[in-house]
Amino acid sequence: MRHEQIETNSGLMLLLILVVISIGGLVEIVPLFYINETVEQVEGVRPYTPLEQRGRDIYVREGCYLCHSQQIRPFRDEWQRYGHYSLAAESQYDHPFQWGSKRTGPDLARLGGKYSNQWHVQHLKAPRSVVPQSIMPNYPWLLETDLDYSDVAERMRALRATGVPYSVTQQEYDANVKKFGQAVADQLDINQARDSLLRQAREKDFDGIPGRITEMEALVAYLQVLGTMVDFTRYDEGFFTTFR
Amino acid sequence: MAQSSALPAEQYNYDIVRKFTIMAMVWAVIGMSVGVYIASELAWPFLNFDIPALTFGRLRPVHTTLVIFGFGGSALFATSYYVVQRTCQARLAFPWLAEFTFWGWTGGVALGALTYVSGITQGREYAEFEWPLDIAITLVWVCYFLVYVETIRRRSQPHIYVANWFYLAFILAVALLHIFNNLAVPFSLTQSYSLFSGVQDAMTQWWYGHNAVGFFLTAAFLGMMYYFVPKQAGRPVYSYRLSIIHFWALIFLYMWAGGHHLHWTSLPDWVSTLAATFSVILLMPSWGGMINGIMTLSGAWDKLRSDPIMLFLITSLSFYGMSTFEGPLMSLKSVNALSHYTDWTIGHVHSGALGWVALVSFGSFYHLFPRLYDAKLHSQTLIYVHFWLATIGIVLYITSMWVAGIGQGLMLRSFDDYGNLAYTFIETVEFMHTPYVWRALGGAFFVAGVLVMAYNLVMTVRASRREQAALEAKLAAKLAKA
Repeated sequence: MRHEQIETNSGLMLLLILVVISIGGLVEIVPLFYINETVEQVEGVRPYTPLEQRGRDIYVREGCYLCHSQQIRPFRDEWQRYGHYSLAAESQYDHPFQWGSKRTGPDLARLGGKYSNQWHVQHLKAPRSVVPQSIMPNYPWLLETDLDYSDVAERMRALRATGVPYSVTQQEYDANVKKFGQAVADQLDINQARDSLLRQAREKDFDGIPGRITEMEALVAYLQVLGTMVDFTRYDEGFFTTFR
Repeated sequence: MAQSSALPAEQYNYDIVRKFTIMAMVWAVIGMSVGVYIASELAWPFLNFDIPALTFGRLRPVHTTLVIFGFGGSALFATSYYVVQRTCQARLAFPWLAEFTFWGWTGGVALGALTYVSGITQGREYAEFEWPLDIAITLVWVCYFLVYVETIRRRSQPHIYVANWFYLAFILAVALLHIFNNLAVPFSLTQSYSLFSGVQDAMTQWWYGHNAVGFFLTAAFLGMMYYFVPKQAGRPVYSYRLSIIHFWALIFLYMWAGGHHLHWTSLPDWVSTLAATFSVILLMPSWGGMINGIMTLSGAWDKLRSDPIMLFLITSLSFYGMSTFEGPLMSLKSVNALSHYTDWTIGHVHSGALGWVALVSFGSFYHLFPRLYDAKLHSQTLIYVHFWLATIGIVLYITSMWVAGIGQGLMLRSFDDYGNLAYTFIETVEFMHTPYVWRALGGAFFVAGVLVMAYNLVMTVRASRREQAALEAKLAAKLAKA
């Protein structure tokens, strides 16, 4: 075919452009949904509890991903600094993913359990009061604003529509009990969403203000669970490479 | 013959081109100033002022959206509407739809910025618009497509000029990317969760993200280049054959390259290797475009000495060549291991965005304005002033980001004699302070250049209005005498 035929026929040109630009995505993205090894088969990774998910919403709202990654790479320095490299399985319930693209601050993929709740509250309120050289903004309003959890069930229903195993029916609940144990299954039950959010906040009191549930409460709950779900001592070295 | 003797301003719809050109300048001033502000926040964090709307995390999407979609998008609407009319020798089809694209696009960008500062975001880089805005933008885009394609169908030339191929590919690709990357389940008017999660979501996002660069900021601006460089040089495009080859190669290859943003992550290696391979091959069609543009000037190199507009256009192509060399370099896994997550990436983006996208737009606007307003540019000297402010700004910006990025990358991976990490993370943050100050200064230079340009354009329009008023007065006087 001579190119003259294409450049004198707008319909043909449009069609060919469409074909040519579609191929890359079809080859590289579509298989990711069908190749089983794409997401590692590991135990322990569960959807976020209602409180953690609300914390995650705040993380997204404030644009934390613009300065913090949540994706540790398999290098010696990152291993020493942050821990085991990230698995695809660990973000399988992340809508949207928050791997990030820039580390103006450190990676947060395994932040959970590294610092106390009290440290996080103080650090988020005034980062330079604990790390003098930090350039992170202060987030004092997190501690001043009460968490809005009125729509937490709707949020979970929307996530359920994307495929996150939050339960509505008894059958789904039973499946979660089998997979995650009863304590977790209760947290993942949309019918009990508000109650379990309140319970977790009351029991753990992440923000250090008993009797109040602030946005800080949710955010710290989220930060404290990051990277803690997989027990890496249970897997041989090399097990995860079979998936890469 | 009646048609060809009519003034171009009457033959073609210049009104819509003027509107988009002016908005492009407005967005440039606002968007780039926000850029300087957030750059300063990183150097002096007190500038966040404990005000949610002013924090870096909320302002950064405002900066990227206003410059990419506000400035870049309006510049593309303006030039594509101009180029398609001139090269097809046909008046713009569906003028009311074109009008709608202006108000829809401008309103969408403005609303987007307002939602970000209020904390309404999808949390996807360069695709932060929430779902109602996504739908509105899709609608605007469909109208853009209809206007553009129908104008091409009404052409009085058998051939579709090469600039239009690039604009067409841009319109189609952006539609495809926008739709698939923004699939989400809404649960309120301002909130939604993305349909995909984790690794699939990441790959979709960077397929989008890289091709926002590839099609929005490259292919479409090549379309701009293919009209304004030959026009300003007064010479035909260097090689017709090269334009065919590099066009098809570019649009095919770009769509494979997104995965290089996810090297060494949980993305499977086969995707990341494919993406790196295609990124390296992409160097060839990219340079094909650069060579085709720069060589168009062969035989007229003296214009670089006498024509400041040519200086803008050729410098933009040089920056295009540089950043499309740097890109494949950074897409190599070994280089990426150092550069990823650092300011090197930020510097790379800006050598493309400021050096290529902004400079080629400015050059094209300087060419356009006298024709849109039927007036001579107010000052040639000020174009030179703008050029040097912009160039110094870009050089300061990218060199400081090389220092910050490569420096941080090297510090993070160095070990002491006992095998322990040599630096804590916060030590790298301290180290980056000085380059951050220089970067903000570079940005300020660039914005100063834009302000000079805005002044020059405003004076041009005012002179044109004065002249027109004088002409009308003369005519009225003549009529009164008769």
